[in-house]
Amino acid sequence: MAKRSNDTHAPVEHEHEHEHHAEPGFWQKYVFSTDHKVIGLQYGITALCFLLLGFILVALMRWQLAYPGQPIPLLGDLLGNVLGDRAISNGTLTAEGYNMFGAMHGTIMVFLAIVPLAFAAFGNYVVPLQIGAPDMAFPRINMASYQFFVLGGVVMLTSFVVPGGSAQAGWTSYSPLATTIPTSGQTFWLIGMVLLITSSLLGAVNFIATIIQLRAPGMTWMRLPFFVWAQFVTAFLLLLAFPPLEAAGVLQLMDQVAGTSFFLPTGLATSGAEEISGGGSPLLWQHLFWFLAHPEVYVLILPAMGIVAEIIANNTRKPLWGYKSLVYSVLMIGFLSFIVWAHHMYLTGMGTKISTFFQTTTIIISIPSVIILTCMFVSLWGGRIRFNTPMLFVLAFLPMFGIGGLTGLPLGFSYSDIHLHDTYYVIAHFHYIVAPGTIFALFAGIYYWFPKVTGRMMNEFWGKLHFWLSLIFMNIVFQPMFAQGMAGMHRRMYDGAATYAGAASPGDGAVVGLPDVFIDMNIGISQAAWALGIAQIPFIINFFYSIRKGAPVTSDNPWDATTLEWQTPTPPPHGNFVKPMKIHRGPYEYSLPGGEEDFLPQNQTAKTV
Amino acid sequence: MEIPHTVKPRPDTGLYNSKIGIWLFLASEVMLFGALFSTYILLRVGAPEGTWPKPGTMLNIPIGTINTCVLIMSSVTVVLAWASLKLNQFKRFKLFQAGTILLALTFLVIKSFEYNDKFTHYEVIKKDGTVINGHLVSQDSKHVVLEGAILPVKGEHKLGDHPNQQPAHQHDHEHDHEGGGDKAGQNAQGGESTHGETGQQAHGSESGHAESGGGHHQEFEIARSEIKDMDNYGPWFNTYLAIYFTLTGLHALHVFGGAVVIGYLWGPGSKMWHTEPERFTNRIEISGLFWHFVDLVWIFLFPVLYLL
Ligand code: HEM
Ligand SMILES: [Cu+2]
Repeated sequence: MAKRSNDTHAPVEHEHEHEHHAEPGFWQKYVFSTDHKVIGLQYGITALCFLLLGFILVALMRWQLAYPGQPIPLLGDLLGNVLGDRAISNGTLTAEGYNMFGAMHGTIMVFLAIVPLAFAAFGNYVVPLQIGAPDMAFPRINMASYQFFVLGGVVMLTSFVVPGGSAQAGWTSYSPLATTIPTSGQTFWLIGMVLLITSSLLGAVNFIATIIQLRAPGMTWMRLPFFVWAQFVTAFLLLLAFPPLEAAGVLQLMDQVAGTSFFLPTGLATSGAEEISGGGSPLLWQHLFWFLAHPEVYVLILPAMGIVAEIIANNTRKPLWGYKSLVYSVLMIGFLSFIVWAHHMYLTGMGTKISTFFQTTTIIISIPSVIILTCMFVSLWGGRIRFNTPMLFVLAFLPMFGIGGLTGLPLGFSYSDIHLHDTYYVIAHFHYIVAPGTIFALFAGIYYWFPKVTGRMMNEFWGKLHFWLSLIFMNIVFQPMFAQGMAGMHRRMYDGAATYAGAASPGDGAVVGLPDVFIDMNIGISQAAWALGIAQIPFIINFFYSIRKGAPVTSDNPWDATTLEWQTPTPPPHGNFVKPMKIHRGPYEYSLPGGEEDFLPQNQTAKTV
Repeated sequence: MEIPHTVKPRPDTGLYNSKIGIWLFLASEVMLFGALFSTYILLRVGAPEGTWPKPGTMLNIPIGTINTCVLIMSSVTVVLAWASLKLNQFKRFKLFQAGTILLALTFLVIKSFEYNDKFTHYEVIKKDGTVINGHLVSQDSKHVVLEGAILPVKGEHKLGDHPNQQPAHQHDHEHDHEGGGDKAGQNAQGGESTHGETGQQAHGSESGHAESGGGHHQEFEIARSEIKDMDNYGPWFNTYLAIYFTLTGLHALHVFGGAVVIGYLWGPGSKMWHTEPERFTNRIEISGLFWHFVDLVWIFLFPVLYLL
């Protein structure tokens, strides 16, 4: 796509805009490019592929959950040949295979799909444009960041075929479990993580430096589009939260390859013949992991909120309501997200005093989240809303994120979390935030910025079809999981909860029984999940079709937007702007009375009445 | 369009781009080492009493002090090198920075001797229960010769499991119950395993047998057939050595990386001085900032690992 977007699109206005340097060759231009837009697209395409892969993994797991022990139709034997008997035997997913897929689903989705797409892809493409910069502050470091990312991805993928199979201890890789599973896949996982962390550190440094240093003249902090603010805070989260996980990764790697016992307690019986020295702390891993991983969940959501803010302002034709509250809230979230991590650990016996502290901070952090959501809802009030595809996705984001956030509250109190921890309720909670939340926002962003990248619009009909099907199936997938979780279904059951079968109704005396209704929900959920996959086909077709055959845009600013990325040629050339930008106003000056048009771009001098 | 502020500072921030870049990078490094120091604290606080080696028993303090001085000196030379560039004295820069590189290498060489010392230090448990702890003098297929001392032992033992820990353990056991917290469980186990044979004891090292300092050393020739278990002081030996090797290893990697960058800017990279002196000076400043950070980490590492 990067390729076509640069040379075969319909000419808009500035087609003859040439780079001052000699025309670089293919490799220079698309593979080893230092242009932030190309890197953004590389990240985007790669991350979308990983998103699909992560989905395929879980689609296979859902088969096992719906029809435990039955061979996977069509793909079973083929996969068995590739991954070996250990993962898939006789076409059926084994327990180990299920654990591999589960661990890698989480890892791929979080670290290789959503974060690279939300932060690296959208951030790289849009942030420099929105602040009026010619590129990122460190273009070559930017390229290195992508290369580390690819390398990390390759290592992760390779781990599927190493002896013993990939990592099997969940995306959280709790030790000692992770260390005692006899597979070199865990070592690959750790090395892959160190590479991915390096990649995102390079990216984070670059983003922050760019936003601080390269804002065009007049682009003061309070004139930054909210999207830039969101990415700014996200970059800080990545910068400061990832190193402790890197440290933890190094320590677990030492446990894995150098025979240390950082996370292995004295007296642990390992399967290997090697004796361990013991004296380590399993809880230490959890602390180090969640110290990253809670900020990480905000890394998943903040860029999405940024995209949503842009699209809301643009399609309600109104300034965002409470821009300053949004900015301060996002800063608050950034700060607070560093001191809530142990709400993932209420059940570890870390002590009630510590629990109390983390309950308090957890509830405090929901305040800025609610402020953000409220501002966005109120922004809709009295707007002349344009219901185009990006806006539909955004409108769905709001309540879906709301459900995800509100269901987090019972998890934030240790007394209710005792019941809900490690059940499907938790799965439903965070998937509501990440799937119909973040992923919808990412789709919205793709539909919204597509014309800037390619010079063509995506098809509205197929876009809307994609939206409605996704919305419906998302909810059919995740809503029942709340019920399953509240009934007590454990989130890592390989046999589709068959273990629980046998209790006719709640309270019929069975000790571990679950009423069949909750178990049978697995079938409906799985079918909806596959349908959700099919519902992405309109998107994929629309995407590729529109790159070549979409309706060409008639101006550089097809959505009549105010922010600077629409003040460039389409697609923006290397160096972005034709003339240096000077900024005169805030980011969302829509529906100003007395103007000729209902919007004023940030770089326009025209006086308002 | 050119990327602005690559060389000249941006007026409102007062910084050029890569200076912000290096400060941000160092912030992340602080978090990295911060996490490792926290790990150290947690492991140490959680270690059963008496198992954590006393200062001076594992590492040689004079050597550590020398190495600390070496790094502090390199911090001075790196500043003088940068200052020389600011004063337009390229020759002096070359001189001082050569000093920095040499000091960095000195540090690494001394460090590798320290490492080697650990890797050749063995603890041998004989089948009759005797524990011999000392430096490897020689070994072949039949014999191992250690120079060291016999540790007082009674009963069944494992590597690093020293008898005088037993009372301390019980004490710790109780202590943990009031403390609650994460290590309660595992220490309780540790405490119990001292009595049974199945549990593997946390490797600890008691004073007086590790370094050259104390006691009467003699050579032991041990037949391989008599040896039940034998291990050297690598990271696998006990928790202290694990964190010691991890922290100093990561730090040494930083020293090495810094030396490579500074070496490049001293050698082939210094051509830039003649074309873009300001940019070059900036580069020296950046590498200098990184170098100071590496020194600073060591200033924390030295007391934590050698003295406390
Ligand atoms: C706004 C208020 C929120 C609260 C009070 C909250 C609270 C919690 C709590 C307490 C847990 C642990 C549950 C358990 O394991 O028993 C949890 C899990 C989780 N939350 Fe949230 N959350 C909130 C928002 C978010 C957001 C914005 C995200 C972003 C994507 C998110 C993503 C996750 C994830 C991924 C997990 C599961 C991690 C795992 O165990 O694998 N949450 N949440
Ligand atoms: Cu959390």
